[in-house]
Amino acid sequence: MLRNGCRALTVKAVFLLLWLVSSPAWATAEGAVVEGSQRPWWFWPLVLFVFCFILGILAVLAGVGGGVLYVPLVSGFFPFHLDFVRGTGLLVALAGALAAGPGLLKRNFANLRLALPVALIASSCAIVGALLGLALPTNIIQIALGATIIFIAALLTFSKNVERPVVEKQDGIGGALKMAGAYLEPSTGEHIEWKTHRTLPGLFLFIVIGVMAGMFGLGAGWANVPVLNLLMGAPLKLSVGTSKFLLSITDTSAAWIYLNQGCVIPLMAVPSIVGLMLGSFVGVRILAVAKPKVIRYIVITVLLFAGIRAFMKGLGI
Amino acid sequence: MTSEAPQAPPEQITYANLLFYGSWGAIAILIVTFFVYVSGVFESYIPINEISQYWSMPVSQYVHEANIPIGWGWATLLGKGDFLNFIGIVLLAGMTIVCFILILPYYVKQKDVVFVVLVILEVLILCLGASGLLGTGGH
Repeated sequence: MLRNGCRALTVKAVFLLLWLVSSPAWATAEGAVVEGSQRPWWFWPLVLFVFCFILGILAVLAGVGGGVLYVPLVSGFFPFHLDFVRGTGLLVALAGALAAGPGLLKRNFANLRLALPVALIASSCAIVGALLGLALPTNIIQIALGATIIFIAALLTFSKNVERPVVEKQDGIGGALKMAGAYLEPSTGEHIEWKTHRTLPGLFLFIVIGVMAGMFGLGAGWANVPVLNLLMGAPLKLSVGTSKFLLSITDTSAAWIYLNQGCVIPLMAVPSIVGLMLGSFVGVRILAVAKPKVIRYIVITVLLFAGIRAFMKGLGI
Repeated sequence: MTSEAPQAPPEQITYANLLFYGSWGAIAILIVTFFVYVSGVFESYIPINEISQYWSMPVSQYVHEANIPIGWGWATLLGKGDFLNFIGIVLLAGMTIVCFILILPYYVKQKDVVFVVLVILEVLILCLGASGLLGTGGH
């Protein structure tokens, strides 16, 4: 019965999200801008809160980060300029990562030794990305954001992560950085030991990931996980946990740049952060009793639609 | 092989505990200050019903037209309802720096030179980002 209730709630959330993004009143950002100045002050923050609450539920069910959905959808369907959306997107991803970090670290699902070297590179590059993102013309950022979101949608569709990659021998850099450890797999009670390989190419890729995270204000879980898992050989659970924790460091550096440049409007930021966090809590509870695979494909489709829209908007079409 | 859960290293536990209290404290402050802001107890720097005129502008135009301070200038406006929210936001953005500073002694004690250097560099990078010294003034 609980399962049916959760399924019904999930279906309602999906339909509400689809309705929200297809509602004629704000079907275009330009329309939303006009609408924006005619509404009472509380209208858009309230809609944003509800939207982010639903986004939080769906992000958990679809297994994607809230930040990666927030930036393309809010910049595409709300009257807010991309500069503010990116600044808030980083804070949304940061708040979620900070809240999840302690539990992941305590249970060894996130590892400081794996995260720290990678975080140093990603956070430095995220500053560069944020500065670039604020310096480049908005239409260029829109085009690049659209292309990135389309790529992410494809990556989420076709990328097949590996539960436990085989690492025969740890490489020199991984060994020197002591990138190894163990955690308990609760579903089987197994003690899982891990170590990394191909550490150098992995570290290089975090240069690109950092720049993109800072430039677009996206959480970078979509890129962190495949690099940690498929390239560096970390088990999937550890990769997901370390990636989430990593966002708390990478996004911190970029968030400060946006914050100091005036890109944070509290009336936007607080409803977004609180809405997405509350939605995530509800999503985790639903996930415990229901695993609707179809949600992942609906969310990827919405993401693809938002990416194409951002791309076209950047081209002025 | 089945066994008990491997213990996380002590520096990782310290980091986790600090992050737990710091981030949830920051989120609680954020919610309280937001209600103070929308209740109108404190006067806002930008009147709340005028915000919608600004949020569709590029940030450079918003900063210019609304006379918004950049860098740490917001700290001088904490008495205003809207800027009061920056306390929670800054705490959220500052927690990672605090956590790294407080786990540094663990690596020093372990004589782990590589991680001492990495932690110091990370703190410096985050402080540089937070300093307000970097910026282009927007496009």
